[in-house]
Amino acid sequence: MSFWDYIKDLSNIARRVAEWTGGEWWVYGLLGLLALLLFLVPSLLALIWIERKVFGRLQVRYGPNRAGPFGLLQPVADAIKVMTKEDVAPARGDRLLFRLAPALAFMPAMAIFAAIPFTRNMAVNLDIGVLYIIAVGSLGVIAVFMAGWASNNKYSLLGAMRAVAQTVSYELPLVLSVLAIVLATGSLSLVKIVEYQTVPLLLLQPLTFFIFVVAALAELNRTPFDIMEADSEIVAGYHTEYSGMSFSLFYLAEYTHALAVSALIATMFLGGWKPDVGIPWLWLIVKIYLVFLVFSWIRGTLPRLRVDQLMGFAWKFLFPLALINILIVAIEVQALEGFPGWLALVNIPVAAIILIGMARLFRFGRVTAPARAPERG
Amino acid sequence: MKEEAAPIKTETFMVNMGPQHPSTHGVFRMRLSLDGEVVVDVEPIFGYLHRGVEKLAEGRTWVQDVTLTDRLDYLASMSNNLAYVLAVEKLAGIAVPERAEHIRVIMAELSRIASHLMAVGSFLNDMGAATFTPLIYMFQEREKILDLFEMTCGQRMTFNYIRIGGVSCDLPEGFIPALTRFLGEMPRFIDEYDTYLEDNEILLARCVGVGVLPPDKAINASVSGPSLRGSGVRWDLRQADPYSIYDRLKFDIPTGKNGDVYDRYRVRMEEMRQSLRILGQSVRDLPGGDYRTKVPVTFRAPAGEAYAHLESPKGELGFYLVSDGSLSPYRFKIRAPSFINLGVLRDLLIGCKVADCVVTLGSLDIIMGEVDR
Repeated sequence: MSFWDYIKDLSNIARRVAEWTGGEWWVYGLLGLLALLLFLVPSLLALIWIERKVFGRLQVRYGPNRAGPFGLLQPVADAIKVMTKEDVAPARGDRLLFRLAPALAFMPAMAIFAAIPFTRNMAVNLDIGVLYIIAVGSLGVIAVFMAGWASNNKYSLLGAMRAVAQTVSYELPLVLSVLAIVLATGSLSLVKIVEYQTVPLLLLQPLTFFIFVVAALAELNRTPFDIMEADSEIVAGYHTEYSGMSFSLFYLAEYTHALAVSALIATMFLGGWKPDVGIPWLWLIVKIYLVFLVFSWIRGTLPRLRVDQLMGFAWKFLFPLALINILIVAIEVQALEGFPGWLALVNIPVAAIILIGMARLFRFGRVTAPARAPERG
Repeated sequence: MKEEAAPIKTETFMVNMGPQHPSTHGVFRMRLSLDGEVVVDVEPIFGYLHRGVEKLAEGRTWVQDVTLTDRLDYLASMSNNLAYVLAVEKLAGIAVPERAEHIRVIMAELSRIASHLMAVGSFLNDMGAATFTPLIYMFQEREKILDLFEMTCGQRMTFNYIRIGGVSCDLPEGFIPALTRFLGEMPRFIDEYDTYLEDNEILLARCVGVGVLPPDKAINASVSGPSLRGSGVRWDLRQADPYSIYDRLKFDIPTGKNGDVYDRYRVRMEEMRQSLRILGQSVRDLPGGDYRTKVPVTFRAPAGEAYAHLESPKGELGFYLVSDGSLSPYRFKIRAPSFINLGVLRDLLIGCKVADCVVTLGSLDIIMGEVDR
C-alpha cells in the first residue's frame, strides 16, 4: 500500500497497527479515540480563534492580534489563564453535582463524534447512527440543569429552567426534520446517508435543512436562542457561579457541541466526504468549518428572543412546518421511484413558498395589554 | 390507606438585579420579585454613586461649579454645562454674544447625537444582540463626535467648555470643515441602522407593546425627554420654552404613538436626524465676533434666585440656584431627568418578563451619574 493510500484513508493506519498487535478490539478503540482527539483539540482552538476573529470583523475591529501571528495563540493564552485561575465553588451549593456537571456537559458533545463518518471506512458504521446522535446530543441539558441547581444561585436556576424548557421544545422539530431525511434515504446510518447524496440533501430538501439548522441553533443555545445564558438578563445563566477550568469546560462543551452539529449538518446535508476526490476527510473538515462560520455570523448579528416567544416559535412555527415537510417528503418518496436529483428544482421553490407563507401567518407573541401595577398596601 | 399527595407549594422569589449587573447601566439595583419568569414587584434602589454634588457645589465658586456639572450626565456633559450656565446668566443678567450662542447650540446638539447613539446602542445590547455588535457600530459614529469635541476643547469627556458668559475658547481652525463632513456622512449611517433595525422581526417582537407608558401616566410622573415624546406628548423645551437661539431654528419634534419601548427607540433615532438639521442651520448662520462676555474669575452673582431648564438628551434638565451675593451659590439644586424618569419604572415593569425588564430600563435611558448626583 502506498503512502497516499494511508493519507487518503487513515483507517488503513489503524488496520496496520492492529495487525501488529493481533487485531484486538481495544486497539481500534484507542486509535479511534486518539484520532478524534487529534482532530478535536486543534479544531476547538481554531474555532475559538475563528469566532473571535469573525466577531472582530463584524464589529469593525481587529479581533485578537496580540498573541502570536494574527493572534493565533490567543486560545492558548486563554487556556493558560483559565487553568491557573482559582476554581471557586459556592459554599452552600451541592458540591458533588457542581463538580460533576462540567464533565457531564463535555462528554455527550464529544460522544456525538463517535458516529460521524469521516470517510467510508473512517467511521463506526452504526446502523442507528442518527438515532444515537440525537439521543446522546440531548443529554447535555441534564448537565446544564445539574449546574444550575447545584450552584444555589437564582440566576443559574433561571437559566437552567429556561434551558430545559427550550431543549425539550426544540428536540421535536429537530427529530422530525431528521425523519424526513430518513424517509428519503431509507436508512438511519450516517454512512448510507452520505453515500445516498449524489446531489446534496441541502438542495433536495431545503425545507428540512432550514428546520434542522434553526432547531440545532436552539439546541446549541446560540443567538437568537441563547436565553439560557442571556448575559444581559441573567448574567451568565447556568454557569454564573463557575470559574477557572470548570467554566472553561462548559465553554469547550459549547464549542464541541457546535462543532458536532456542524459536522452533522455537513454530513447530512452537504454530502459529507463527497466529492470523493483528493483527501476525502479534508472535504468534510472544510465543510464543518464553513457551517461553523455561518453559525458565528448569525451569532454576531441577531438579537435575542424572549422565553415565551421562543416557545411559541418552536410549537407554533417549527413544529407544524416539520409536519408539513414530512408530508411533502413522504408523498414525493411514495410517488416517485427513489428521490431523483431533478426534484431539487421543484423543492427549492416549494420550500420558499411554504416558508414565506408560514412567516406571513406567524408573528412572535407580542404583548398587547399594558401591564398594571398592584396598589401598594 | 390512601396516601394524600402533598399540595405543590409555589412562592415568588426575589432576585437582586444589580448593583453589579451587565445591563443596569451603572450601579443601579432592582429588587425583582419573580413568579417564575414574570415580574411581580420591583423595587428600584439607587444611591450607590452619590457624591453629594449639590452640596459640593455650595463650597466652590460659581465659575468652578461648571466642572461639577460635567460629572452628572457624563455622556452629554455639554448639555449639563449649558443648563447650569443658563441659570447663572439668568441670575446675573449676563448677555451672551451671538457667536457663543451658536457654538453652544452646536455643542449641545452634538452631545444629543452622541448620547442618543449610546442610548440606542446599549439598549440593543440589553436586547441581547450578542457580543456588543450594535453598540460598537454606534461607538464608531460617537467616536467622530468625540473627535470634534477634542478638537474644540482638548477633552473627550467632562469638557468644562461652556462657561459663564460664553465658551472657554473659540472654535479651532478646521472645525467647521470637519463638522460639515460629519453632517454629510451621518444621515447615511442613520439610514443604514434603520435598514438593519427598523423592521427586524426579532426587534419588533421584543419591543412592540413592551413597557407601555400611557401619556397621562407619563405626565403625572413628570417624565420628560424622549421617554415622554415616545408616549405621544409633543413636549420639547427647545420649542415649548425656547432658550439660546432655538426659537430661530427649524426642526420637528418626533413623537411616538403607543408609548412602548419601540416608540422610545424610534423617537431617539428620529431626534438624531432633527439634531443634524439644527446643526446644519446653526453652522450656516454662525456669525463672527467675540465668543464670550468677559466674566471676572471672582464672579459674584447678585443675591436672588433663578431656575433655568433645557432639553437635555435625557429630558428636562433644570438648575435652581439661590445666591446670597457671595462667591459661591447658596443653594444648588439639580432637576435630573433620569432620576425623575425612573419614577415610572415600577409601573412599567410589573407583569412583564425578566427579559423585558432590561429592555424597558434601557429604553428609559438612565445614567447613574445624574440619578445619584
